[in-house]
Amino acid sequence: MSSPTDTFLQEADDLLAALEEALLELDENPQDAINIANAFRALHTLKGSGNMFGFRALGDFIHHFEDCFEKVRNGSAFVTPDLVAVALASRDHIAALLDLGPDTALTPELAETDRNLLAKLGEITGSDTLSAADRPSEDTASSNQPNAPVIERRWHIRFRPEPGSLGMGVRPDLLLAELSGLGRTMVTPQLDAVPGLDSYDPAECYIAWIIELVGPVDRAAIEDVFLFQMDAELTIEETQLEAQDMPEPAENDAALPDRGAEKTSTPAKGQASGGDSVRVQASRLDDLMNQLGELVIAQARLKAISSEIDDPRLSGTAEEIEALVTGLRDTTLSIRMLPVSMVFGKFRRLVRDLSSDLGKAVALTTEGGETEVDKNIIDALTDPLVHMVRNSIDHGVESADIRAAQGKPETATICLRAEQAGGEVLITVSDDGGGLDTEAIRARAIERKLISSDQSLSAAELHQLIFEPGFSTAETISNVSGRGVGMDAVRGVIDALRGTIDVRSRPGEGTEVTLRLPLTLAIIDGLMVRVDDDHFVIPLAAVEECVDLPDRNMVHDNGRRMLQIRESWVPYIDLDQLFGFGQSGAKGRRVVVVTADGRRIGFAVDDVVGQLQTVIKPLSRFHRSVEGLAGATILGDGSVALILDANAIVRRADAVRQIAA
Amino acid sequence: MSKTVLTVDDSASIRSAIAFALQPKGYKVIQAEDGRAGLAALKANAVDMVITDLNMPNMNGIEMIRAVRSDRTLDGVPIVLLTTESQKEKMLEGKQAGAAGWIVKPFDEQKICAVVSKMIG
Repeated sequence: MSSPTDTFLQEADDLLAALEEALLELDENPQDAINIANAFRALHTLKGSGNMFGFRALGDFIHHFEDCFEKVRNGSAFVTPDLVAVALASRDHIAALLDLGPDTALTPELAETDRNLLAKLGEITGSDTLSAADRPSEDTASSNQPNAPVIERRWHIRFRPEPGSLGMGVRPDLLLAELSGLGRTMVTPQLDAVPGLDSYDPAECYIAWIIELVGPVDRAAIEDVFLFQMDAELTIEETQLEAQDMPEPAENDAALPDRGAEKTSTPAKGQASGGDSVRVQASRLDDLMNQLGELVIAQARLKAISSEIDDPRLSGTAEEIEALVTGLRDTTLSIRMLPVSMVFGKFRRLVRDLSSDLGKAVALTTEGGETEVDKNIIDALTDPLVHMVRNSIDHGVESADIRAAQGKPETATICLRAEQAGGEVLITVSDDGGGLDTEAIRARAIERKLISSDQSLSAAELHQLIFEPGFSTAETISNVSGRGVGMDAVRGVIDALRGTIDVRSRPGEGTEVTLRLPLTLAIIDGLMVRVDDDHFVIPLAAVEECVDLPDRNMVHDNGRRMLQIRESWVPYIDLDQLFGFGQSGAKGRRVVVVTADGRRIGFAVDDVVGQLQTVIKPLSRFHRSVEGLAGATILGDGSVALILDANAIVRRADAVRQIAA
Repeated sequence: MSKTVLTVDDSASIRSAIAFALQPKGYKVIQAEDGRAGLAALKANAVDMVITDLNMPNMNGIEMIRAVRSDRTLDGVPIVLLTTESQKEKMLEGKQAGAAGWIVKPFDEQKICAVVSKMIG
């Protein structure tokens, strides 16, 4: 490729030829608009390119020449033979200027011609022309003033691109990037004008930005960034430098405002933390929790309304409130949390006393005492744990001679362990005693008419029987346990806490009872289902899976309905029937499979609505005795949904079936 | 991938000046001699940005911008006008037609490169 200057000189020859031709045509036909335009365009291109390639004198001359022709083009002057003559002379002058070469000053003769031609052109067309030779040089003024500021300044810039600018290829991201190249910036987008999706035009820019810029920058440099944004809303204000503006690049990110609610960190675990603390009445915490519960419900209603109205300002605020409520809820819950060690601590004395009463050497170990649980759960947990530890020592731990015969250490070990698993806490009481005697349990259960003699039960099912009311297998009734109120009382309490009990036992090796409890009683993660026209909440902790209720793959066995899920048969209960709604014929129903009392059981429902986190409201005095309900909750639309107690429902269904059988 | 800039100008020297400025920076430059050829080049190539003269035969710069903006398949390509100081009113007209910016002639390499990098990075 030849150099642009060579290209220009070649092009200039062509343009001069075109100009000459147009002028000669005009001499014959002075009204010819096409040739006026041609002459004009030739001049214009020559001027533009001339200036580009250093032919300043040429550019200046044509600039005025062009002005005169502009008068002709817009009709305020006319093509006359005189004008054509001067114009042709000017054309020759232009050729001479081209020959002069770029970046060269006018010779006195050329300057003289320049002046004369422009004077004549001005005279003929009535233009005010002044030859470059007579004008003061502008060279000093045209260059950029190099007064680069060295001091840091702080600028507050607000920028909203004009409507439709994205469609014109404006890239706000590049502008912001260019700004951050000038200094340290903090950019905050303003999203209030962003409409809902249905009225959203992707070619439209709805966002405005507020930029705090700190750096050695003057206003002109910032305006330069927004050079082409003349129709945008742009304000640039200088503000006071603040202490935080000092160069601290590492800290800069931290200065960004966090619009979301900050996650509250849970207080330091364990009692050993030396921070300040305040004693408050437990009832005040309950009040706080109740009010928070109302707030959560009101917030859910707000969210429902905002999704109906679909106004981004409303939904933005609703989301912000949701985040704040979530944070507030976590904080409030964490206030109510106490370490499990508060309960565990009581057992050292108990184990020591029991071990000497029963003449069995027992050592207690505890693990995970720092695990935190809601205060109400801690309070309720003491009695069941006492029962369980007593049972372990009384029934589980063998007498010293049997242990010796089995080669076990003389001192038995009882272990209390707590750990957090997701939204649940697991509390385990384990011993290294003789394990549960399934045959004795079976015999006892038949004797107590809890099962029929021909019923075949798995070991796990047999283990669950020890929680039946009135069950006690100890052959000698001691004054420590075995009064038959032990384990069923434990189950009652754990049910009330919405927990589950899992028993694992191996003959000769020991027993492990695990209590699975929610972290808090006030809030429940649930699965909302619909039965007939009513909504129910099944605690999510109990839910294993949801499947469609097929038309086939179902059998009836001994009054139980079974459903095939993959390889296994799972019994299921039709909630519709159990509650006596009587609509169970409907199609397209679904089954929620839960774990209840160590078994997998399905609940047939009309629909699974979805997951929700909700605040539990206790049932009234009159309804508290209704089996199968753990509480109630208020939904976003203000209606009430009952919270199901999966364990109790399974038991109730068992009872109904047994009566039927 | 290198970005492509289309320069539309009836003056070969201006086109080659733009190409001279941009090619060393890694841009690909394609040229068209008037608005009509520019529009055809836009349809035939993946163009990231257009630098166009105003005053051209066949189809002038503003007519070309209008044609580009009314063609959904070409939507959103930034177009920059080459103007002279005396064409302030044309600048506004171009802006209304859908130009994203302008470069005042005479220009030098730095000016072209600064505008192109402002527009397409």
